[in-house]
Amino acid sequence: MEHLINIFVKSIFIENMIFAYFLGMCSYLAVSKTVKTSNGLGIAVIFVLVITAPLNYLLNNYILKEGALAWLDPAYAEVDLSYLSFIVFIATIAAMVQLVEMFVEKFSPSLYNALGIFLPLIAVNCAILGTSLFMQERDYSSIFEVLAFATGSGIGWWLAIVSLAAIREKMRYSNVPAPLRGLGITFILTGLMAIAFMSFMGIHL
Amino acid sequence: MENKESIFSPKIIKTFLGPLNQNNPISVQVLGICSALAVTVQLKPALVMALSVTIVTGFSSLIISLLRNTIPSRIRIIVQLVVIATLVIIVDQLLKAYVYDVSKKLSVFVGLIITNCIIMGRLEAYALGNKPWPSFVDGIANGMGYGIILIMVGFIRELFGSGKILGMSVIPDSLYQIGYENNGLMILPPMALILIGVIIWIHRSWNKTLIEK
Repeated sequence: MEHLINIFVKSIFIENMIFAYFLGMCSYLAVSKTVKTSNGLGIAVIFVLVITAPLNYLLNNYILKEGALAWLDPAYAEVDLSYLSFIVFIATIAAMVQLVEMFVEKFSPSLYNALGIFLPLIAVNCAILGTSLFMQERDYSSIFEVLAFATGSGIGWWLAIVSLAAIREKMRYSNVPAPLRGLGITFILTGLMAIAFMSFMGIHL
Repeated sequence: MENKESIFSPKIIKTFLGPLNQNNPISVQVLGICSALAVTVQLKPALVMALSVTIVTGFSSLIISLLRNTIPSRIRIIVQLVVIATLVIIVDQLLKAYVYDVSKKLSVFVGLIITNCIIMGRLEAYALGNKPWPSFVDGIANGMGYGIILIMVGFIRELFGSGKILGMSVIPDSLYQIGYENNGLMILPPMALILIGVIIWIHRSWNKTLIEK
């Protein structure tokens, strides 16, 4: 249990998707103009991550990995399909996003109104594919670890985008040099926030 | 048919030069920052990444442009993803075969080329509505515009962060003896963001038209 909490905390603060790996930067920069929309996108990211990462873990463990097909027939124990993982992961993500969108629309219109416009954007959010790829590279040993990692990454991403949006809302009243306005200052801000987040690196879990 | 007159026509040259400066994918269009900043600690991975992205962008634009009249528009996103993912798998296997150490260093970021917004963005905005050759040029040029920024950041970070370029020491020992130190901050992830911020700043001071309100 302690082990799971460690993975969870580590993926929120120490290995934050935005500040340590720069994943999902496109939507992070484009959507972070107001706190309200950022909040919606952040929650949608958490939602999709929690669904896709464990699913991709199962696919990786029972179909793609070397020797993973052994459960089908011992003769397949030699087969290594891991070179197909990119295409399988992205297809899973695109299909899941579509499914989740339809499901949410049907069963929870209020949630759909909150998340609706963001869901299609998420299929090409690097943070989602990145989490699946990290999950594969780090070779987590159980689905619970993957779940902790995915939830943590999602919360870390949500935290990053909401705090940036809050700063940008405040910044509207300040006098930024003209060439730096908009994109430039946002980059530098993100850099400074990343330096702040680096203080968590001293924590060893 | 149109190939003869258009291979290096002025329009093509404009298509090629735009993304390198006025319409740079990173500093102006804000696309494709996702997959790459983490690879700019040293110059070599940055170069390999820039080259891979250029190849994938160019050829996916070419393929989608060739197929543009046969793809039903409702399923075009998934078709694009499949084309891109296939190209990325090829690039990944090539990197693993020929430059294994760099491929290890790039780790998941090769796979993340798939979700690089530049590629999807160019396919949607250009390749779906243009002939194969201009689309190919547009893809290559956008990949290169992205690569330029990546290489600049990689160069600055490796030079000031570890005093090396492509793994060779370039700062003379005498400088270290009189008290020069490598800037450890350059190696850390936040500096990539701040450097890009500064690059955008300089770029926009030159091109006043790009300044946001």
